[in-house]
Amino acid sequence: MSGLEGLYQQIILDHSKARHGDGPLEVMDAEHHELNPTCGDEITMRIRLDQAHAHIEQLAWQGDGCSISMASASVLVDLVRGIRVEDALELADEFRTMLRSRGVGDPDEERLGDAVAFQGVARYVMRVKCAMLSWVALEACIAKVRARDAS
Amino acid sequence: MTHTDADSIGGRAIADIRLDFPAFDVTGGVRAPARLDSAATSQRPRSVLDAERDYLEHHLAPVHRGASAEVGVSTTLFEDARAEVARFVGAGEREVVWAQNATDAINMVALGIADASAGIGGADVAGLALRPGDEIVLTEAEHHANLLPWQRLAARTGAVLRPIPVDERGLWTIDDAVRAISDRTRIVAFAEVSNVTGFIAPVGDMVELAHARGALVVLDACQSVPHRPVDFAAQGVDFAAFSGHKMLGPNGIGVLYGRAELLDALPPARTGGSTITKVTMETAEFLPAPHRFEAGTQPVSQAVGLAAAARYLHGIGMDAIARHEEAFAERVLDGVAAIPGVRVVGPPAGIPRAGLVAVAVEGVHAHDVGQYLDEAGVVVRVGHHCAQPLHRALGLTATTRASAHVYTTADEADRFVDALAGVRRFFGVEQGVSA
Repeated sequence: MSGLEGLYQQIILDHSKARHGDGPLEVMDAEHHELNPTCGDEITMRIRLDQAHAHIEQLAWQGDGCSISMASASVLVDLVRGIRVEDALELADEFRTMLRSRGVGDPDEERLGDAVAFQGVARYVMRVKCAMLSWVALEACIAKVRARDAS
Repeated sequence: MTHTDADSIGGRAIADIRLDFPAFDVTGGVRAPARLDSAATSQRPRSVLDAERDYLEHHLAPVHRGASAEVGVSTTLFEDARAEVARFVGAGEREVVWAQNATDAINMVALGIADASAGIGGADVAGLALRPGDEIVLTEAEHHANLLPWQRLAARTGAVLRPIPVDERGLWTIDDAVRAISDRTRIVAFAEVSNVTGFIAPVGDMVELAHARGALVVLDACQSVPHRPVDFAAQGVDFAAFSGHKMLGPNGIGVLYGRAELLDALPPARTGGSTITKVTMETAEFLPAPHRFEAGTQPVSQAVGLAAAARYLHGIGMDAIARHEEAFAERVLDGVAAIPGVRVVGPPAGIPRAGLVAVAVEGVHAHDVGQYLDEAGVVVRVGHHCAQPLHRALGLTATTRASAHVYTTADEADRFVDALAGVRRFFGVEQGVSA
């Protein structure tokens, strides 16, 4: 696989057009706007949790950016909708570790699912932020809910 | 009349010029990438690198300090460098102040005026002071370096920013400026050449307009000094700024130009050693320009390198360089015109434009365009190029920019166009183009 096809795997190109979860979310527990100042890519992530605040019941995003950032948000929605908040945070960590690996090591395909397609991004230092944009926004949403719960 | 076409400058082949640049040394049959990002940072000729190294190896000493013969030699080299750079841009020796870069230089002006507005410098500098309601006029196309310092100055003084709007191509006219400039205008700031559109500003008309209202003109010359003949005195601008690393010179050095009487009045934004005549525990009196602005140890090897860069550019000839780079832009515009779904910002073909072209590819984000081009061996700049208000006016978040310098070949222009033609197919957005 050439460098470019390794970066832009078909699954990424498909998700960048399908944009799962793209849209508003009327009833929500938190929202967060995240911006990549180097390119102007931006995303607003919104999440709704169950009553116990243990599971991510629903989430949606609106944004504008490169195919990597948009595809990453689409994959994120598929992966974390309905799962435990703890597991979503662990997944974010795992995704971040993969992106910072510079392409070394084997990510857990079982857990990361379609997100494994972003392994190629790890070799492009300038694009890691693009792939992380939606995940950072998700983490911030969860942090906001928890800060509120704690007070 | 010197002969100029896309592959030679003033009769000298680009292939020959490239031999002066170690960056273009190709070993092992590897094809060098088409480096089309010189508007961000240019490559450096061996003469610049050698000048810096020679200074560091043989003449390194604390300039303007102490009494040794070595200090004398070092100081002479430092001040000779200033004189050479000054000649290159039509300035007097006292009118060139070393700065870290152009951003720093513009900040020196804005902060100095802020000080004057706060009463620092006393009655002598009251003429520079801004009062609430005074206006700072600048175009919507400005680089953030020529916008944020003025926003800060406005916040500090109660002055108001008044933009000259741009049209759907990112262009503005002298008529737009006439509407923005009034008796309340105190400062008019704009780029001689836009780093995104390549638009060449009507500097002479702007100076006339501003001076008629008693306003100062601050020129961002970052994209003009490295690429075309510039004579600040002839233009009549009051202040100007440019960077070393865009003109084949070192990083870490730039120039603030100011008319001598203005520089002698402007309060120094940074104070410290070697800027003064007399210091007590309570007060300090400052030297005349340029040294009143040069607090602390200066970037001496960079100054020597910058002078070597000016010498190199002068040796080739700025008129010939400008024509060479304009030919690059024309060639790119011609090629891009044949690619469906590509929007060119800036002047249309036939209208003067400096040697850079920024485009937006319909349906593909600029970062993805840049990645594709990089893989094809074409290095460009993608993003908002530190000009978010301009991009917002264009209805874009980011663009892809190809820019030239003395070493850029026609083949590199063609490689950009050829690679660009493949972008929409790769990202699967070819359908639905309104041709």
